[in-house]
Amino acid sequence: MMDESNPYLPYIVNIEDARYETPGDRAIKTFRVTFADDKVWDTWSHSPGNCAMVGRLGVGEAMFCISSSPTEEGYLRFSIMKMGKVTRALHELETGDTMTVRGPLGNSFPMEEWEGKNIVTVGGGIGQAPLRPVINYVRANRDKYGELQVIYGSRTSEDLCFQDELGEFMTESGTSCHLSVDVEEEKWPHFVGFVPNLLMEVSPSPENAIAVTCGPPIMIKFVTQNLLKLGFAPEQIYTTLEERMKCGIGKCGRCNVGHLYVCKDGPVFSYETLKKIPEAFA
Amino acid sequence: MGDYKFARDKLADVLTSLKEYQVFAPAAVGDVLRFKEVTDPANVSLDYDNTTVPPKELMFPQTETLFKYRLGSTEVEPSVPDASKKRMVFGIRPCDAHAYSIVDNLYGWDFADPYYQKRREGTTLVGLACAEPCANCFCPSVGGGPASEKGLDALMFDLGDAYYVNSLTDKGEEFAKAAGLEAAGDADAKAAAKQGEDALKKVARSIDTAGIPEKLPSLYDHPFWEQFSDRCLGCGICTFLCPTCHCFDIQDEAEAFDARRARMWDTCMFSEYSLHTSGHNPRPTRKERTRNRISHKYSYFPEKFDVIACVGCGRCINHCPVNIDILDILDKSKQAEAKEAKTA
Repeated sequence: MMDESNPYLPYIVNIEDARYETPGDRAIKTFRVTFADDKVWDTWSHSPGNCAMVGRLGVGEAMFCISSSPTEEGYLRFSIMKMGKVTRALHELETGDTMTVRGPLGNSFPMEEWEGKNIVTVGGGIGQAPLRPVINYVRANRDKYGELQVIYGSRTSEDLCFQDELGEFMTESGTSCHLSVDVEEEKWPHFVGFVPNLLMEVSPSPENAIAVTCGPPIMIKFVTQNLLKLGFAPEQIYTTLEERMKCGIGKCGRCNVGHLYVCKDGPVFSYETLKKIPEAFA
Repeated sequence: MGDYKFARDKLADVLTSLKEYQVFAPAAVGDVLRFKEVTDPANVSLDYDNTTVPPKELMFPQTETLFKYRLGSTEVEPSVPDASKKRMVFGIRPCDAHAYSIVDNLYGWDFADPYYQKRREGTTLVGLACAEPCANCFCPSVGGGPASEKGLDALMFDLGDAYYVNSLTDKGEEFAKAAGLEAAGDADAKAAAKQGEDALKKVARSIDTAGIPEKLPSLYDHPFWEQFSDRCLGCGICTFLCPTCHCFDIQDEAEAFDARRARMWDTCMFSEYSLHTSGHNPRPTRKERTRNRISHKYSYFPEKFDVIACVGCGRCINHCPVNIDILDILDKSKQAEAKEAKTA
């Protein structure tokens, strides 16, 4: 856990591996990091869904989900899209460089509550990053969960994150993987269309199931509508929200949706909670 | 705790005797009245209605260093204030002390904020009751009053030729002792109580807040917000001068190799406040921002901390360049018909 006497002080982490997931102006780069001070691991504990403020001294920090599951021991992973000032500065970093981490922050997916259930993840683009720890947590605790269905799409096949792992899901017992791209591509063997349509094509059963969806707000909106059509109850649907954040600890004010602070009460919410908060869909 | 008093012409002596404290008192800086460190006790006057700038800056400075570092180094040096350095806010109005007790909830929630809390811990609040409430005060409507003791360590009453002092906490007793105050008599206590009762009757404006926190979320899509936001200039003065507004930005700043991470006041009335890096803004116009400002104070904050985040000081009304009046907004919200907002 963070320095309890001062939650604004970051940890220094060493980048053990930095690699691009996707190319382009909005490239996504995955950093595998470990604490410069080994002792931090003695008190560190995170769960799927937890976030952290990741940054560079001299530039600033921004909130990212921890994209590794706690079952992946000895490192943390962050998959970061190049978008603004902080992410551009982070993208300049390579293996051997340092960055800062403040966390773990926020709530997490109720993985224990979900034991015994089938898990359906519905991701779009970089939205697969917060789903990755859920997927890997279920895979590492195979006997505790039912079927795992991974539904994932992006604009083009080049924009799919974690491609090396997606192949594994397709051949692993108890796991299925359904992919899509928004527009037709040569030699693309999977679905063509938007993620909400892919979801209807796969039509997962709501029986004893939990659906988790992460992606652009517009995708979350239509995926939620389609999950409801498939018979999922609001309390069976989970998502993560994103807002602009500065402190990450429920003080600076800006990330609120209604009375909830996304940094502290979230980022994980059930649709049962969010349906009462119109600002969550703003 | 104890009842004390000091003669009006002994004010400078009292302040002079508070040597172990860094004392802040109201002072005019140009046209602006705000709390400044007392350098010459002879210049301090308590004849004021309320300061333009609330003393929130004494716990939550407009800009504050969180930690310092050298560019290129990974060592950071925290700048947490020292609580053992005693400070005093002398002559704070009850509304502004009440504001601290409200904001304490936020800074103590889950993650404690050492910067705010250390300053609070080390500071003694000596209040001054309002004998003549200002035109736009409505403190009794939101749990305060011209002689409210909330958040205070001692409360003074201006009884004309003397100040009556009611100490309320151990810190208040320490102040009375350090200042060498004499014991007050029953007559003084009665005069102070009478002044408080009379002042309460003089508060001209009010709002019955019952039901507002529960109702505001149902007005999310209501067009009445536009009646007010249409003329809002988005200047943010309502938030910067609000004693309970606590939002901040965090920035890294560097000059040559000396760098710091600092936090500074920010306002929900600016579009950049909620702007995403993608360009999406969940509060794209002043309508959404006005709704958030009012809803935060009167619904979201009470939902979380069980107290309205407004002390009725009237500053947002007094200083709004286009006369937007929070009581008008609240009044309209009570009349407006609830509408089901659209979700997914």
